[in-house]
Amino acid sequence: MSYILSEEEQMLRDSAQAFLTEKSPVSELRRLRDEGCKDGFRHAIWKEMGEMGWNGVVIPEEYGGVDMGYTAAGIILQEMGRTLAATPFLASSVLCATALRYGGTDGQKSEHLPKIATGEKIYALAVDEKARHNAKHIETRATKDGNGFRLSGQKRFVVCGNGADMLIVAARMDDESIGLFLVDPEADGIERTLRRSVDSHAPANINFDDVKLDGDALLSETEDGSALLDLVLDSGRACLAAEQLGLAEEAFSRTLDYIKERDQFGQKIGSFQGLQHRAAHLLTEVEMTQSLVVKALRQLDEAPSQAPLWIAAAKAKATKVSRLSSSEAIQMHGGVGMTDEYEIGFFYKRAQAAGEYLGDDAWGTSRVAELSGF
Amino acid sequence: MSEIESFRSDVRIWLEANCPDSMRKPMKSESDICWGGKRFEFSSDDQKAWLDRMAEKGWTCPVWPKEYGGGGLSKDEADVLKEEMNRIKARPPLISFGIWMLGPALLKYGTEEQKTHYLPQITRGEIRWAQGYSEPGAGSDLAALRCKGDDSGDHWVVNGQKVWTSYADECDWIFALVRTEPDAPKHLGISFLLIDMTWKGVSTKPIKLISGKSPFCETFFDDVKVPKTNIVHEAGRGWDVAKYLLSHERANIAGGGSGAQMNPVAAAHKSGEVDPDGRLLDPILRADVARLTIDALAFETTLQRIKDQAEGGQGVGAKASMLKYYGTELNKRRHELNMSALGSDGLLWEGDNPDDGDPARSWLRSRANSIEGGTSEIQLNILAKRVLELPGG
Repeated sequence: MSYILSEEEQMLRDSAQAFLTEKSPVSELRRLRDEGCKDGFRHAIWKEMGEMGWNGVVIPEEYGGVDMGYTAAGIILQEMGRTLAATPFLASSVLCATALRYGGTDGQKSEHLPKIATGEKIYALAVDEKARHNAKHIETRATKDGNGFRLSGQKRFVVCGNGADMLIVAARMDDESIGLFLVDPEADGIERTLRRSVDSHAPANINFDDVKLDGDALLSETEDGSALLDLVLDSGRACLAAEQLGLAEEAFSRTLDYIKERDQFGQKIGSFQGLQHRAAHLLTEVEMTQSLVVKALRQLDEAPSQAPLWIAAAKAKATKVSRLSSSEAIQMHGGVGMTDEYEIGFFYKRAQAAGEYLGDDAWGTSRVAELSGF
Repeated sequence: MSEIESFRSDVRIWLEANCPDSMRKPMKSESDICWGGKRFEFSSDDQKAWLDRMAEKGWTCPVWPKEYGGGGLSKDEADVLKEEMNRIKARPPLISFGIWMLGPALLKYGTEEQKTHYLPQITRGEIRWAQGYSEPGAGSDLAALRCKGDDSGDHWVVNGQKVWTSYADECDWIFALVRTEPDAPKHLGISFLLIDMTWKGVSTKPIKLISGKSPFCETFFDDVKVPKTNIVHEAGRGWDVAKYLLSHERANIAGGGSGAQMNPVAAAHKSGEVDPDGRLLDPILRADVARLTIDALAFETTLQRIKDQAEGGQGVGAKASMLKYYGTELNKRRHELNMSALGSDGLLWEGDNPDDGDPARSWLRSRANSIEGGTSEIQLNILAKRVLELPGG
């Protein structure tokens, strides 16, 4: 296993960086917020990403993807973290693509994966029912009804849920096992409520009231829906940790630029040891985070059975360090860091939201304890 | 079979035949280490045989050139040797400052004569070296050192005091930083000298530490005559050698740390604080252990990643400071947690068993990790200056 990026991965990073810096800088997130965008992302940018093949980065070639793996998905998200690009990439191209790839029948894959790969349709994953992430807590029921199912329950804070064209919903079946269901959000009995979040994204709370589903709505290629859900969530966690890493790096880099420029007491504030030691400590923490993120993504690609421990560690560390980096950023920027006009506050807000989603540092720490037999 | 795999098979067969059984058990404490040197007393015949056999192959210093007593192995071959030794839990045959500090400096800066003379004695464990850097008035500000060498034709007359000289009372030679150019700027007046501890005017005095042990000494030089041939690199350029050597010291302290075998989880099990399923009873302690584990995984992966980068041609440079800082702070945390998990068992200082008191002594020893080889604060200074390029203050 190599910690160094391959030439192909390096090229992907360069083009992602160039594209996102130009098309989706932080000012774009501000525009989405100020316009009151209900989907939380720009469709034109998403379409362009589809044309470049990014949206199908974990989708097999026979279903229209480029099949570069999770390390590649992480590379794209790390760059998105740097510019705070709000896109359906994590929801649609990582979480739902993974659910279909490993849980879908041939028919389900043929129908849905090409739409994700082109970006023509947006998919979102509905799991959480409590305020804190806990994938074991699922009360939404999918009751057998003839050849199909009846779905009832409430999902909250579904990322990209408001703009999604299709949902994948985790529900408990009659035998108490977990199933993942493809659900059209326009179907009768579904009510979506936009929940604007602190990071200017647009998640939704979704109510399912006796929604009628066909038998082929269930992702039925695998018997063990719970293991499938774990794999889906873990793939999302590893990739989200990469986004958090990018965010941490960019907030740190902006802070360094600032303390090298800002004069007080007749000298650059970056010459003060009080700030230098904190900056050097942050450098070290970001480096440690990067190691765990690369390791988690590579394990997911090369040795998935070994991946869960590394993914939990990476998500916990990335959550802590992205929050540290962005809060230190505000402190070292001083008063201007508190203004809405300055962009650094957007990093702090996104760090909070991305940290919470799919499990924060407390969640990751508990998971490491559990997996290690502490 | 590829060349490297056939090398592995040769190594495996040789180790099987030559590594004594008693040398295949983990070392419990510093007293199990083979330091070598004229005054060293081997703890067993096996320990001596293991050293002699490995030295004969040049495998006490696997990557050093053969002509200087090394093994002449490539990096890949050395990795294989290490893996195969780890596989049978073989102890290092020899650990010394000569191997991980002076040797690399001599290979880079020494004359051909110095290399031929000193290096083979290091690989065979015949000479034990001490490090003479710090002084009472020159700790973190090492370049402020005052131990001086007066020019007296074909030799210097050295006077002054060194402190924190590791095991100097058991060492044969010392490499020391001495101010030989009193008029030059601070960093440019220092020379790197090799001094025989038996020469007239050299004396040592052990320092007792909070751990109750005395791994360090004060070393005094009183009109010691040092021939001019005993200088490494040029006069006044000793700081270059010192810096080069310190980067090796930092990498080593970061990588190992004393008592890396201390395991807070095992400790908690030992003190009985587990539920019937073997889970730690105290949820906060359990969380602390998990947090430490995450950071330890991050550190271990970073060591690997930086090694990959170095092999890919990217310099490590000031990143050694990052590893030194993080690794030593982590090791202190590990020992603190180990003590917490052990409860009152950890407080034992002396008892009936020879290893009673080890956890407490290792814990106390670990406090020095973030001081020796440049304090954590000095490492942060280096990172701020050289990596982040923050303005000087």
